Amino acid sequence: MTGKPFLFDDNFRVKQILHDNCSWDVNLLIEMFDVWKTYPNGTNALKGINIRIEKGEFVYVVGPSGAGKSTFIKLMYREEKPTKGQIFLGGFNVSRIKERQIPIVRRSIGVVFQDFKLLPTLTVFENVAFAMEVIEAPTKLIKPRVMDVLGLVKLKHKAKMLPGELSGGEQQRVALARALVNNPGIIIADEPTGNLDPETSWEIMKLFEEINQRGTTVVMATHNREIVNTIRKRVIAIEGGQIVRDEQRGDYGYED
Amino acid sequence: MKIRTLGRHIREGVKNLGRNGWMTFASISAVMITLLILGVFLILALNVNYMAQTIEKQVEIRVFLDVLADKTAVTQVEGQIKAIPNVSSVQFIDKQQGLKQFKESLGEKAYLFDGLEEENPLPDSFVVKTAKPEDTPAVAKQIKAFNHVENVNYGEGTVEQLFATTRMVRNIGIVFIVALGFTAMFLIANTIKLTIVARRREIEIMKLVGATNWFIRWPFFVEGLLMGVLGAVIPIAILLAGYYYLLDSVQNNYITASLFKLLPLFPLANQVALLLILIGAFIGIWGSLVSVRRFLRV
Repeated sequence: MTGKPFLFDDNFRVKQILHDNCSWDVNLLIEMFDVWKTYPNGTNALKGINIRIEKGEFVYVVGPSGAGKSTFIKLMYREEKPTKGQIFLGGFNVSRIKERQIPIVRRSIGVVFQDFKLLPTLTVFENVAFAMEVIEAPTKLIKPRVMDVLGLVKLKHKAKMLPGELSGGEQQRVALARALVNNPGIIIADEPTGNLDPETSWEIMKLFEEINQRGTTVVMATHNREIVNTIRKRVIAIEGGQIVRDEQRGDYGYED
Repeated sequence: MKIRTLGRHIREGVKNLGRNGWMTFASISAVMITLLILGVFLILALNVNYMAQTIEKQVEIRVFLDVLADKTAVTQVEGQIKAIPNVSSVQFIDKQQGLKQFKESLGEKAYLFDGLEEENPLPDSFVVKTAKPEDTPAVAKQIKAFNHVENVNYGEGTVEQLFATTRMVRNIGIVFIVALGFTAMFLIANTIKLTIVARRREIEIMKLVGATNWFIRWPFFVEGLLMGVLGAVIPIAILLAGYYYLLDSVQNNYITASLFKLLPLFPLANQVALLLILIGAFIGIWGSLVSVRRFLRV
C-alpha cells in the first residue's frame, strides 16, 4: 500500500508530533510471538499465537464463539495482557508497557465495537470531538477535523443530534468517525456489523474498505460470512485458542 | 497539563454537576447534613474549651512566706520562683496589701478586723501564675520546697478535679468531631460512588480513546471540590445565623450572661467557615477520587 494514510493532514500531523500527543509510528505493523493468554479462572483463551500483520493490510479474524477471537483483539489495544509471549504494535512492545503508557498506545489505534460505545448525553459532534480533547489536541484544530471525519462517514448534517436519535448504522458511523479522528494507523473492530441489518452492514463495510485503501491497517473480528466471502481479504481463523488457518483472500469457511 | 486542558476539566466538572442533577443534589445534601452536625459540635466544643480555659486561667498559686522572711529573703524567693521554667507571672503582695485584699473580700464585715494594721499577722505572699494551667500543681510543689516558704495554696484537689473534667470534655469533643468527620466522608464517598457507577461507561470510553488516568480524574476532582464547597456554604450560613441569635439572647439575660461566657461571633465565624469549607472540599475531593479509582482499571 502506498499513499498517504487516511485523511492525512500534514499540518495536523506535524502539530501532533510537536505536542507529543500521539505516538505516530510509520512502521505500523502488528506482530505476535508465541502469545498465550490464561484467564484467572483457568481458561486457556490463546495458546501460542504467532502472527504478522503488515502496514495497510485488511484482516478478518473469524472463528466460532469462545474460540479466542475477542481475546486476540483485546490484546492488541491492551485491554488484556498476555500471560506469555510478546506483542509489538506500531513500535510498542504492548506486552511489556507500563500501565501509564497504555493511553499512548491507544492513541495510535482506533477501536470500533459491536455496541458502538457512544456517550448518549453528548451530540454526534461532541462524541467525536471527545476523542480529540482527550489527547489534548489544539482547540482550533478540533472543529475542522471533526467535521472532516463526519463528512467522510456522511453524517455532517446530523452533527448536532444525539446518538439516541440515530439509526444503528448511523451510530456505528459516528463510532467509526471517533476511531478515525486522531488519524490512527490501525483500526481494530470487534464485530462492527454484529448489531446491524445486512444493508447497513454493507455501508459500514464500504467505509472500512475506503479507510483501508487510504493506508490504514484494519483488523476486524466478524461473524458475517457473506461479507467475508464477498469482500475478499486476508482471513485468520482462530479455533481453540490457536490459529488454524491464515489465507490471503480467504473465505469464511464456516457453515453457521 | 496545559492551561486550556485545565479549563476544559473545570468546564466539564461544572457541567457534570448539572448533568447528574439528582445525584449532585443527593451528594450535596449529604455533605450539608453532616457538616451541619459537625459544625454544631465544633461550635459547642470550641465554646466548652473556651469556658474551660477561662476557668483554668483563674487558677493561681498563692505562696505564703514565713514571718522571718526579710527583704533579701523576699527577693531571693522571687528570683527562685521566676527561675522555674513554666512560671508566667509573679506578683509580690506584702502584708498591708494582703490585709487590704482580705478585708475587701469580707465586704461589710471588714470592720471586725479594724486595727489589725498595727500588728499585721498576715505573712508576705506571692501570686504566681503558670504559662499552662495544668502545670500548677507541679510548680506549687517546687515552690513549697524553697527556703522561707511557709505554705503554698492553689486549691489542691479542686484544681486537679477541674483539670480532669476539662480534659475529659475536650477529649469527648475531639472524638465526636473525628467520628463525625469520618462518617461524613464515607457517606459522601458512597453517594459519589453512585454517581460514578452511572458514569462508568463514560470512563470506559475515555480510556479506550487514550485518556490518561489523570485526564479522567480531573473533572471528578473539580466536581467533588465543588460539591464539598457548595455543601459547606448552607451549613455555615445556618450555623452562624443560629449562633448570632444564641449570643444575642444569652447576653441579653443577666443570669445566662454571667453563667455562660461564650466566644464572640468574630473571629469564631471566620474560623468555623474556613474549617467547614476545608473539610467539605476535602471530603468531596476524597470521595470522588476514591470512587473513580475503582473504574480506572479498564
